[in-house]
Amino acid sequence: MPERVHEITLTVNGTVRRVAVPGRRLLSDCLRHDLGLTGTHVGCEHGVCGCCTVLLDGEPVRSCLTFAVTADGHEITTVEGLADGERMSPVQRAFAECHGLQCGFCTPGFLCTVTALLRENPAPTDEEVLEGISGNLCRCTGYQNIIKAVHRAAELTAEES
Amino acid sequence: MTRTGSGSATPVRAPRDIAAPGTGGVGDSPLRPDGTLKVKGEFAYSSDLWIDGMLWGATLRSPHPRAKIVSIDVSAALAHPGVSAVLTHEDVPGRKHFGLDHTWDQPVLAAGEVRHQGEPIALVAADHPETARRAMEKIRIEYEVLEPLTDARRAAFDPAYPQVQPRGNLARHQPVRVGDVEAAKARAEVVVSGEYRVGIQDQAFLGPESGLAVPAEDGGVDLYVATQWMHNDLKQIAPCLGLPEEKIRMTLSGVGGAFGGREDLSMQIHAAMLALHTGRPVKIVYNRYESFFGHVHRHPAEMRYEYGATKDGRILYADVEILLDGGAYTSATMNVVGNAASLGVGPYVIPNIKIDAYGVYTNNPPCGAMRGFGAVQACFAYESMMDKLAEACGLDPVTVRQVNAASQGSELATGQVIWAPLPMAEMLRQARELPMPPPLDASDIRNLPGGASQTTHGEGVRRGVGYGVGLKNICFSEGYDDYSTARVRLEVIGGEAVALVHTAAAEVGQGLVTLEAQIARTELGVERVVIHPADNQVGDAGSSSASRQSYMTGGAVMTACQAVREGVFALAAARLDRPLDTLGDLSLVGGKVVSESAGVLAAIEDVLGDAVIEETREYHHEPTTGMDPVTGRGDSHTQLALCVHRAVVDVDVELGLVKVVELAAVQDVGKILNRLSLEGQIHGGTAQGLGLAVMEEIVVSDGKVRNPSFTDYLIPTILDMPPMRLEILENADPRAPYGLRGAGEPPTLSSTPAIVAAIRDATGLALTRVPVRPEHITGSS
Repeated sequence: MPERVHEITLTVNGTVRRVAVPGRRLLSDCLRHDLGLTGTHVGCEHGVCGCCTVLLDGEPVRSCLTFAVTADGHEITTVEGLADGERMSPVQRAFAECHGLQCGFCTPGFLCTVTALLRENPAPTDEEVLEGISGNLCRCTGYQNIIKAVHRAAELTAEES
Repeated sequence: MTRTGSGSATPVRAPRDIAAPGTGGVGDSPLRPDGTLKVKGEFAYSSDLWIDGMLWGATLRSPHPRAKIVSIDVSAALAHPGVSAVLTHEDVPGRKHFGLDHTWDQPVLAAGEVRHQGEPIALVAADHPETARRAMEKIRIEYEVLEPLTDARRAAFDPAYPQVQPRGNLARHQPVRVGDVEAAKARAEVVVSGEYRVGIQDQAFLGPESGLAVPAEDGGVDLYVATQWMHNDLKQIAPCLGLPEEKIRMTLSGVGGAFGGREDLSMQIHAAMLALHTGRPVKIVYNRYESFFGHVHRHPAEMRYEYGATKDGRILYADVEILLDGGAYTSATMNVVGNAASLGVGPYVIPNIKIDAYGVYTNNPPCGAMRGFGAVQACFAYESMMDKLAEACGLDPVTVRQVNAASQGSELATGQVIWAPLPMAEMLRQARELPMPPPLDASDIRNLPGGASQTTHGEGVRRGVGYGVGLKNICFSEGYDDYSTARVRLEVIGGEAVALVHTAAAEVGQGLVTLEAQIARTELGVERVVIHPADNQVGDAGSSSASRQSYMTGGAVMTACQAVREGVFALAAARLDRPLDTLGDLSLVGGKVVSESAGVLAAIEDVLGDAVIEETREYHHEPTTGMDPVTGRGDSHTQLALCVHRAVVDVDVELGLVKVVELAAVQDVGKILNRLSLEGQIHGGTAQGLGLAVMEEIVVSDGKVRNPSFTDYLIPTILDMPPMRLEILENADPRAPYGLRGAGEPPTLSSTPAIVAAIRDATGLALTRVPVRPEHITGSS
């Protein structure tokens, strides 16, 4: 029996994308497979690791726990949409500069989470950084340079605003 | 990237050349050349590969740890719409078994019997991953379920215990014998003993196993995979596919972490079989659940230790038994046993030693390589023993370690003389003298063990401090010649000299590509370096494991660059029309050919002109020997590296909750090649040791994994990992390139016992197994 598909419209990184998906297609799979945006990574597919974090109307969500159809009509920002044209965002530059990544598989999720965190709280304390990104796992770095990167991103954002 | 010979299509988002622009030679901290791609979401991980028309593979695995396969019926699966192939062991084109280290005991697909839960039995290729999984559920297998053989002790010592596989149940017994332990027992004034256990730890790399196989016109296959060691993959893949190695072209794709878990094959042969069978590209991506069954784990260990000493704490003898459960197949068990035996008492000078290390087969989950590799398990036991000895002798933990510390010139348990500096006593002193973190501020509940979940006001919280020392062998041991190969090409592109570095070495996140570029800049005096994607079109680089790539591939890049440099010098002499030996001592600095006596002779670009200089070099470390099968004697290790940890913890003794407050590390790395990368390795290695100390364990009962998810297998979050202090020493190893020592593994050894020692200090409990769980602290288990 052919599976029923739904026509949905997503604004992904500022571009309107129309896509037909089955009701149970995950947003992560929709982004990666249907729209070819593989910068969003899938590490556990059960909402723990945070690798798949994207911004849904600016708020971080686990795209592996979100059905694509529920994002119909909404704005989605993925890692590919964080840069302003060729210029990487302060968060992206800070993670590269502070060695806040090694294998880099978790990085897109961290970047999205931190982008939202700094928008809410442009100068977080150490404790606020820890709380803000405690839902993202990293297996390589022991997090030390990720904390530095978040503070550096806050600095860069302040300098450039 | 360019590809020749295969005639097959190249996937979109395939690995590509990475330019490493800018400056930064050996000793600097240039940024990772792949960092920009990674923060932009453009780095092609093996799970991101894509080629039009590709099929998706899925793997049917055994739900039983031990069973006979009575029958397999694939007809319903094959008839499922969208399915292109369903394959079983009958369809394996060549050899039916593979394995690391010449022990080819692992079936490509199970035939007649399964020996562990999750063993692959059948493969499906379909037009969509969900279709493949649904079809897989239609494969009907009739099992005769058998009682799993899960008792490692009986497997080792009970001849009546049934055999797990035809090799017998004992994979390796490695004794170590020094002096006369029985005689020393009569002289001991203090005797301490303990039984220790280490649970199964998972590498838990965040990017699950995945890859793409593309059939080629020449009947071969192009494989894009995330692995630690392409050439060893190839040695196993080719015979199983019945193809010559040259018909299999392998390209390293982006690797989402490894930590030992990608040293064994996972989906490589399976995807290639499906691609060759269907004539279409096939991609396989495991999910997290499957990943827990898709790779080997850290061996669980049972260890019995007895030390005798003088009353002032000088160890007279060590009587040790280490039992490692390798699960159903050999994988790396032989070498894990070798490490556990040779490093069984760690960096301590003990005149009389009896160690027996065993690796056995059971129907428990298969175990193999994980960061620390046999040395981790022993380290937890011998460091626990040092604390026990300190207590028995009324010494503090640092002093008892200093009293017995090895140093340059002393012998390991194997009799191998420690040839390079090993300033362990000094490192312990430094660790002790580092400033302490401030006392607990219980007014903020987030500071308490358990954090926001705390239900008390911290009345039961006690602070503890503990130390751990770990000694790790770097590079492969026991006579293995794990060489590496590098091809370096220097030419003028766009008016500028550019070095292209090509190796088969796997960048798994550790930063090898950064280091390759730094070495090329230092040796060739150029700024622009390009790192070619790692593939098998260049010679073997060995594995990205055993903390060996800086040493081995670093050494290969260094020597290939030096050969290129000689070519530049010869060319310079020709261009200047002067004999080379009249030019004095030459070097390449700042883009110039420089003579020590005459100064700048020419720009590299002017010397090169249209010439291209390319050199390929193999780099071999000093030969090692095997371990004597009876005494364990032998110069078995290539290099040794030491890390000391001091852990500070707060423990809620009533709730059993632990908060690691601070971890300080003192590590000797020989030479800092890139401080930023190096510190990242020490941080990450320490975090994995923390995981083993208090969080991480694959829980197994009756041979079955009970927690194959990140909901139930917990790895440290940013709230679990405390701030770190690092002291990094540079006592060069004269044998190694630039004097460096491998750095990734030692901190994984020492952080675990340091944390457990700190919990013991806070609680007064014995705590003989890791991970330490709340019920071990509250006594409620």
